[in-house]
Amino acid sequence: MCTYTTVKDSVDGSAKGPGGAWFHVSDVTVYFDHPVHAMAEHTLNIDFADPSKGPSARVALELTAESARRLVAAVQEALAAVPAELTV
Amino acid sequence: MSDSLSAVTVRIAGHQGDEIEAYLARPQGEQRRGGVVVIHHMPGYDRATKEIVRRFAELGYDAICPNLYSREAPGAAPDDAAAVARAAGGVPDDRLVGDVAGAAAALRALDGSNGRVGVIGYCSGGRQTVLAACSLDVDAAVDCYGAFVTGNPPEGFPLKVTNLVDRLPELRAPLLGLFGAEDKFPGPEQVAELEQTLTANGKEFEFHSYEGAGHAFFAVDRPSYNVAAANDGWERISAFFSKHLGA
Repeated sequence: MCTYTTVKDSVDGSAKGPGGAWFHVSDVTVYFDHPVHAMAEHTLNIDFADPSKGPSARVALELTAESARRLVAAVQEALAAVPAELTV
Repeated sequence: MSDSLSAVTVRIAGHQGDEIEAYLARPQGEQRRGGVVVIHHMPGYDRATKEIVRRFAELGYDAICPNLYSREAPGAAPDDAAAVARAAGGVPDDRLVGDVAGAAAALRALDGSNGRVGVIGYCSGGRQTVLAACSLDVDAAVDCYGAFVTGNPPEGFPLKVTNLVDRLPELRAPLLGLFGAEDKFPGPEQVAELEQTLTANGKEFEFHSYEGAGHAFFAVDRPSYNVAAANDGWERISAFFSKHLGA
């Protein structure tokens, strides 16, 4: 099914995108829906983007639900593994 | 009949006269013919959808697919355009109807048009096809596994679209529905509800549900592709359009 549901937020960081060039990313969208490339009916999709640079300024991820949960856990673990004052 | 055809990118007038991009495929030759509007799925105006457009030209129809994301991301790669459109909230229903109306008008304006136009859509485009057929004068409609034509989302599921139950009495064209029996959205109960509502309203329809097939069984570039369902589905579509759009 098409879920039509999209979670949006702002982010501040960089991503390596089209042509191997780094660019600043300001927006993230997260949704669980049909992937473009992954061999699964549905995936957790994450787009990091800089809308001011046009539609191609985007780094896209399509992860199985289980992979996405592991990613969330890994991010939490990495953040928890360093002194809190480093991550403010 | 020759299977020679041509396919080009064109500009057409969409909703409220906006100029939008569209992909047009036409059979070679002067014979009078019907037209088909192809509504692309949510992942966009992509290669697989354009292959479908060309297949309709090979079947003898003028076929056109409007790029529903023309406004948000002109000239962008289909997947990037889909991402931009999604982040912007998706395609509003009224704009979809306007763009399909523009595509149908473009087909009817072509030399050799017999004035008949069908609409077909896949996945989100299946729902949009039914919406278009409830809103516009078209001659045939094919809903390929569109979710939320009927039925309600699971509790707590923040759906951004509404179902079309209230609109179904306005359906203006015969409807062919092709579904996967293993699909959850639309699941068999939603298909049954659609069948009941159309029957109650005296609408002409023909439904086929394929055992062993899930969602998106026509999608040749996805793991959901189901050869048996897709092959039979194409035959049903061909017969349906031949009956309703023939010269």
